[in-house]
Amino acid sequence: MSSRGRVALKVVVWVVALTPLARLLYGFWTDDLTVNPIEYVTRQLGSTALQLLLASLTPTPLRILFGLAWPLTLRRLLGLFAFFYVCLHFAVWIVLDHFFDWRTMADDVVKRPWITVGVLALVLLTPLAATSTTGMIKRLGGAAWRRLHRLVYVAAVLGALHYIWLAKKVLVEPWVYAAILAVLLALRAGDAARRGVRRRRAGVAGRPAAA
Amino acid sequence: MRLRYSDVTPEKLYLSRRELMAGVAALAMVGCDASTDATAAAPAGAPLKATPNPAYKWPDPPTKVEAATTYNNFYEFGADKDDPARLAHTLKPRPWKVQVDGLCAKPRPFDIEEILKLAPLEERIYSLRCVEAWSMVIPWIGYPLSALLKHVEPRPGAKYVEFTTLKDPEQFPAQKPSLFGFSSLDWPYTEGLRLDEAMHPLTLLTVGMYGQVLPNQNGAPVRIVIPWKYGFKSAKSLVRIRLTDTEPKTAWNKAAPQEYGFYSNVNPTVDHPRWSQATERRIGEFRRRQTLMFNGYADQVASLYTGMDLKKLY
Repeated sequence: MSSRGRVALKVVVWVVALTPLARLLYGFWTDDLTVNPIEYVTRQLGSTALQLLLASLTPTPLRILFGLAWPLTLRRLLGLFAFFYVCLHFAVWIVLDHFFDWRTMADDVVKRPWITVGVLALVLLTPLAATSTTGMIKRLGGAAWRRLHRLVYVAAVLGALHYIWLAKKVLVEPWVYAAILAVLLALRAGDAARRGVRRRRAGVAGRPAAA
Repeated sequence: MRLRYSDVTPEKLYLSRRELMAGVAALAMVGCDASTDATAAAPAGAPLKATPNPAYKWPDPPTKVEAATTYNNFYEFGADKDDPARLAHTLKPRPWKVQVDGLCAKPRPFDIEEILKLAPLEERIYSLRCVEAWSMVIPWIGYPLSALLKHVEPRPGAKYVEFTTLKDPEQFPAQKPSLFGFSSLDWPYTEGLRLDEAMHPLTLLTVGMYGQVLPNQNGAPVRIVIPWKYGFKSAKSLVRIRLTDTEPKTAWNKAAPQEYGFYSNVNPTVDHPRWSQATERRIGEFRRRQTLMFNGYADQVASLYTGMDLKKLY
């Protein structure tokens, strides 16, 4: 793809990813954030974070299924926007919801599994965001960087779990996110297994494994 | 000339014309006799006269009526807070009957018009504490449930009261089976109280709020309000009130027994498994407030529960 095409794609991602935030700010401006705005904003930021996290896990399955390469160029941007919304979600919880009531929040993190996994997901995503620059990839070396960034799978599972555990059992939405994540991860796992088999066969035949 | 199916007025159009004519007729009647307005097709929002009862006031100002009528949990309309207000028009609160039966001497159906006149309507300002840790202050209109129950003369064996909400997927869209047969609650919605709780003077048979006929999204035409219990105990759009000798099965308890007990008294010392109940957010306020034992009604109701372990019987 031409570099102009890549730039255009990234502009699209910026616009799409910032739209939920713009809508919240507009809602704040026009006093249209429901009558329970803190709860509403928390929920919107959380859903957006999870959607972007799932979006960042979509390019690889698209390559596996359809051989598309261009979505891969958007992974970093999508992942960073996901982290951005996770941070906003967390900040609203600390500042607006609990107003720095650290004791209550610490209590919640320890006592309530859905909060535990949510905070854990943020903790796991932080080093990934910090090592997202090209410079850091070089410094860590491709193999180590890739190993580290497998943490995103764990964070995504924790994020989906966070939503399932926090919602009432009668709601279907959390399971939709979990199902999408399951499909995305299954496609990768299937591909990895196939490549593993191929590599082993190649090994038996005495040829060097393809990188 | 032969008539074909296509010549027949579509049912929808026919019905809307009928509604229009009924509306015109109702308007005409308002002109000649204002007392008939209670029989109009959609009385929600119409003014409803009630005498303020000074014994039931609340220190904080009432929540804005726009908030109380647009931010609702009423799963028959949908799980989102704005679903009830959005879909409220699908509920038809007239004509309406409430069957009152079970262990009583005189079981019978009560027409909504009779319920409205059974006892003097009072306005009472109650605090409403949702199990989700938000709260409102609402001026309800109604009278004690005991006034209705006395009419059917409960038998000595009656120990509990079961409330049943209307089940009709045509009027409550979320009662239709959804994708993959995933159903939210087991319809109809049922709730229950011990008989002494039901007979308590605070337990209000409610037909209005904010000086108006009860809006559909708030449980028209008649609901129960039990201010010392979490909001979901106060069942809406009632079609049946049954006296029984066994503890009734309740909708949320069936869906998640470890989260929603039969009693569900507001209690800041007993956490919901997923969050603390120690604080709440009053709608319209920024900082959380401390939640009060029995939602501030401990003086009146604590004696109902003496000797009970409220951590076990949550």
